[in-house]
Amino acid sequence: MSVLVYTENWDGVFKKLSFELVSYAAKVAEMMETSVTAVSIGDVADDELAKLGNYGAAKVVKVDGNTTLDNQVYTGIIAQLAEAEGAKVVVISHNNTGKALAPRLSVKLKAAVGAGLIALPSSTEPFTVSKKVFSGKAFANVVLKTDVKILTLAQNSFEVIEVGGTATVEASTATAGEAKTTVKDVQKQTGKILLNDAEIVVSGGRGLKSGDNWGIIEELAEVLGAATACSRPVSDEGWRPHEEHTGQTGKIIAPNLYFAAGISGAIQHMAGISSSKCIVAINNDADAPVFESSDYGIVGDALKVLPALTEAIKEAKNK
Amino acid sequence: MKIVVCLGNVPDTTTKVKFGDGTAFDKTGVQWIINPWDELALTRAMELKEDAGNPVSSVTVVTVGGKDAEPTMRKALAIGADDAIRVDTDARDAYAVAGQLAEAIKDKGFDIILTGIESSDYNGSMVGGMLAEMLDVPSVSAVSGLTISGSDVEITRDIDGGKEQVSVATPLVATVQKGIAKEARIAAMRGIMMARKKPLAVVPAAEVETLTDFVSFELPAPKPPCKMVDADNVAELVDLLQNEAKVL
Repeated sequence: MSVLVYTENWDGVFKKLSFELVSYAAKVAEMMETSVTAVSIGDVADDELAKLGNYGAAKVVKVDGNTTLDNQVYTGIIAQLAEAEGAKVVVISHNNTGKALAPRLSVKLKAAVGAGLIALPSSTEPFTVSKKVFSGKAFANVVLKTDVKILTLAQNSFEVIEVGGTATVEASTATAGEAKTTVKDVQKQTGKILLNDAEIVVSGGRGLKSGDNWGIIEELAEVLGAATACSRPVSDEGWRPHEEHTGQTGKIIAPNLYFAAGISGAIQHMAGISSSKCIVAINNDADAPVFESSDYGIVGDALKVLPALTEAIKEAKNK
Repeated sequence: MKIVVCLGNVPDTTTKVKFGDGTAFDKTGVQWIINPWDELALTRAMELKEDAGNPVSSVTVVTVGGKDAEPTMRKALAIGADDAIRVDTDARDAYAVAGQLAEAIKDKGFDIILTGIESSDYNGSMVGGMLAEMLDVPSVSAVSGLTISGSDVEITRDIDGGKEQVSVATPLVATVQKGIAKEARIAAMRGIMMARKKPLAVVPAAEVETLTDFVSFELPAPKPPCKMVDADNVAELVDLLQNEAKVL
């Protein structure tokens, strides 16, 4: 018996997301009085793999090669390792990869999924998780009825806990047939902080009046080391690419700090960002709904307030 | 090539949700819509069919739900789907829904199976991938672009920090997200008239189990009031973020 955690890598490197997952798996394992085995697929160096021990993995099983994400191949490999380890719980991220793998694995292992979790299970007998439903308007308590369970963890919702342990690294030759997905081309964002990874996000809405005004969003983001985002009308108008749209039908994010500038705060927008730890709203309409769900607010024109805020932050940082 | 789009019937996104005694969603007075991502999937399916360069012969829509899901299916037919299938049972959990969908579509020769990446009610993001595994066909998730090239499908999928162009042979399941179509299509009057005469098959539910039980629901704790700062004093905001919220 063990808790298995699938740790994705990015060109052979783990990031905070991976450590959040292992930390979460370690806490679940503690509740079940067992240990954590991490699974890594793709080419990752042993010293990188061993880092997972610091967050609570007792063992890391690596499967080299398979650098193309083929959902059937990855599912097959993870399922074999879960069975070999006698895993009772499999932890996966609720990111794009996890959303692709967890459901296939659920069917293969006949394992119930607790999807998009932001906290530990509330009990293991019966195995009960709380999950957001209706796009964050409510929470549901869900009992996972199967012997094996899959938990997908929302990014930025669980703290990284260093325990100072070491993990043994084992190689596995598990295979699962030919990949049916052929990658033709890859475009990577470079030099930009990814929206899902960002601790701070600066987001603009229609109140910015034009895509040409985005410089003031980018300047504030620059001094904060933040990612930039936008509301749906902004991406629909083509002022910004759809990848930057945060909200119910766009990206769901949970940064420490979210600036909503010139965003009215429609319920659909707030659904995507309500898990942010702190929300700051800047809007010229004092009655805008965004203020109801924010921690701090400024009534004013975003085009004037944002540059002033950028300067104030620069000043505070120089102190 | 035959396309099927799996549709969820969900409460309008502006609905104020209520749970009666806390054990089930209160449907009283709720307006129902096509799940927003599924609506984008349907829009893309129609675009593919209308492009004469593609060998798409039909677009079918399928849902799992009671009779109250039929207005949503008629709406999909009005948008342009050729025919509809409703599996006559309540959607109880992702596994059960995927199981019903798999039974309903498995022998019908569909080449491209589209689902939205998520439903706006239970937010699991599980049905598409489960369906693919049950049908034993490839799946691609987070799809923001899809074109047909011979018997293959060329897909743009979002990965953490970028995009990938991938090619997959049919049949396959693509779970689609924002970007797959520019804007969801709205039914025109002519479409609404034609939809009345299009076939909507009601099929009995298969024997499918659930893996989860939704035992209770809670509303989130109300947020404390927003602390307002004067627009001429942004330094105060910076101070609050540094020393009170401790997020800077």
